[in-house]
Amino acid sequence: MRFLLDDEQREFARSLDAMLTASDTPGAVRAWAAGDTTPGRALWSRLAEAGVFALAVPEPYDGLGPLPVELAVAFTELGRHAVPGPLVETVAAAALLDRLGDQDAAAAWLPRIAAGKAVVSLCVPAVGSPYALDPDATDAVLVVAGDTLLLTEESGPVQPSADPARRLARPLGGTVLARGPEVAAAAAHAADVAALVTAAQALGLGRALLDRTVAYVKQRTQFGVAIGSFQAVKHRLADTLIALEFAQPLLHSAALALTGPDGPSAGREIAAAKVAAGDAAYAAARAALQLHGAVGYTDELDLSLWIRKARPLREAWGTPAACRARVLTP
Amino acid sequence: MDLDFTAAEDAFRAEARAWLTAHVPAVPLPSLETAEGFAAHREWERTLFADRWSVVSWPEEYGGRSAPILRWLIFEEEYYAAGAPGRVSQNGINLLAPTLFEHGTDEQRARVLPSMASGEVIWAQAWSEPESGSDLASLRSTAVRTDGGWLLSGQKTWSSRAAFADRAFGLFRSDPETGRPHQGLTYLMFPLDAAGVTVRPIGRLDGKPAFAELFLDEVFVPDEDVIGAPGQGWRVAMSTAGNERGLTLRSPGRFTAAAERLTGLWRDGADPSDTALRDRVADAVVAARAYRLFTYANASRIAAGESIGAESSLNKVFWSELDIALHETALDVLGPYGELSDEATEAPAHGSWAEGHTFSLAGPIYAGTNEIQRDIIAERLLGLPKGRR
Repeated sequence: MRFLLDDEQREFARSLDAMLTASDTPGAVRAWAAGDTTPGRALWSRLAEAGVFALAVPEPYDGLGPLPVELAVAFTELGRHAVPGPLVETVAAAALLDRLGDQDAAAAWLPRIAAGKAVVSLCVPAVGSPYALDPDATDAVLVVAGDTLLLTEESGPVQPSADPARRLARPLGGTVLARGPEVAAAAAHAADVAALVTAAQALGLGRALLDRTVAYVKQRTQFGVAIGSFQAVKHRLADTLIALEFAQPLLHSAALALTGPDGPSAGREIAAAKVAAGDAAYAAARAALQLHGAVGYTDELDLSLWIRKARPLREAWGTPAACRARVLTP
Repeated sequence: MDLDFTAAEDAFRAEARAWLTAHVPAVPLPSLETAEGFAAHREWERTLFADRWSVVSWPEEYGGRSAPILRWLIFEEEYYAAGAPGRVSQNGINLLAPTLFEHGTDEQRARVLPSMASGEVIWAQAWSEPESGSDLASLRSTAVRTDGGWLLSGQKTWSSRAAFADRAFGLFRSDPETGRPHQGLTYLMFPLDAAGVTVRPIGRLDGKPAFAELFLDEVFVPDEDVIGAPGQGWRVAMSTAGNERGLTLRSPGRFTAAAERLTGLWRDGADPSDTALRDRVADAVVAARAYRLFTYANASRIAAGESIGAESSLNKVFWSELDIALHETALDVLGPYGELSDEATEAPAHGSWAEGHTFSLAGPIYAGTNEIQRDIIAERLLGLPKGRR
């Protein structure tokens, strides 16, 4: 047993972090929220060059995967930088098409996903939301309705989200790509991948919120001293760190479980990671807002881009209640 | 990255499981916080020791198996899953032994460790004083130089199991002139039946005489029972404080086994429509799993040559809160049966949760209060400034 990321995985995380730090992701998030996807798509291309989407695509289709642990590593960094767009949905769509075994559909989409040329959203109302994320910014939306897989190119009017960078809309119509029990099985697998990488995103988001807040309370002074010297502040941040630190091994263990056979055991692992990371990230957002005080409540501060993501990520691809029920599924 | 056990580790687990199946008493022993129970638990330690299961991580010369940390974790998982008795030797094994391994002499190790491993000598800790709890460095009990050793005087308190234990270890002020609370302290071992020692049992929150206060009046301790250099006691004690807070005091097996029992309890008797209760059971299961995995990650770090320092404070807060959550949830599942103590003839089939609940409430206090741990986390892991305590 060596339950630690190896040097290569750590280096991958560091290089993504460095690339995203240099990429003005807050600018891309704000543009995305305003309906300008150009900076976001440019970022998407750079992520593809770094191999992020290839991690979800098998080798015959120009990918490197599926590599769930590396996906978890990558999505932790994407969450840390609040990268906009249907990142989770694109890799989950890749997982669905890979698992479905329909060679025509796989050949049509998987190489383009790996190369960053196709941005795909995925909507599985049975396990998640009736809305697709960012359908107006995608090349296609896959919809799973019962045992039918649809490819839709139209969607209803955008429903603004509490996180302006998340643009929601109902998919409309569509053509049938596949039908049968294998669709439901592939969709369940895709939902598991989506839950895993959403948990990773939440964990990264929480880490960024904690780091920013620690830096802030060290330099913000009140009553003549740094507010970070106050015990109430210190203890809140200690608790924030504890929740994130203990969510992380659940995430890595769930990623390892996804490399093995499907089954209730893997499902329980993924659900545990999702509920722990989602709660930890939301608690980090609450702490960040509270300890920044009124300035944290302004959307001029980039912190707001992270704070507003915490709750939607906690609900997406497995609500806490659904995850808790699944943890106890024999 | 993997979570796989080797064939040898699996064989070790099977061996431990078979031994425990054959030896764990069918009827639970009386509470170790009573004279009768203490004796029964001491006998159990002897049984463990006879087949080298009492201290698997120690070198073989002291009665162990030289097991790496991962095998110790495996053993603990099997131990708690088997419902084996509590460890009456834990203070010595978890606190004094690591200090002796790091700071003791060969002679001290040879003299102290085997009898600790066999349960022949049970150790109590003598840290706290009435005026020195969290602020341990303010302690005032003294060690005064005398011919061939030291004379200990003062008062120690809240010493777990000291009412029945044989010997104790703790810190004493040997140089009151330093003017610095952390300096001039010496780490000593002493017998509880020596001339000048008075032990007064204190009833614990559950009424059992599990605590004691120690009154010391010029108790002679020979030089050979000083651990480390005189005056260096704080450094000696703190170098292994992480053991108590982190890895070795509360191994994950204890909590994963409790989470299993809680899940069984919930499946057998809880109202399935009570989703609030279901969510709390799930959270306890998730947290126990998180603690196990976090510990595996730490064990992997240690195996890779890294050391665990202030990170042990993360463990301490987490397991102590988890322990309370596990027991509170179990009591809620049990409803009116939850308050039945281990002495009640109609105590639930799953074992008494009441005693465990009461004990879990002490978790955020002992081994350094969780408030102190959070200060350590904030200052040493997050780099926040020291402030007024």
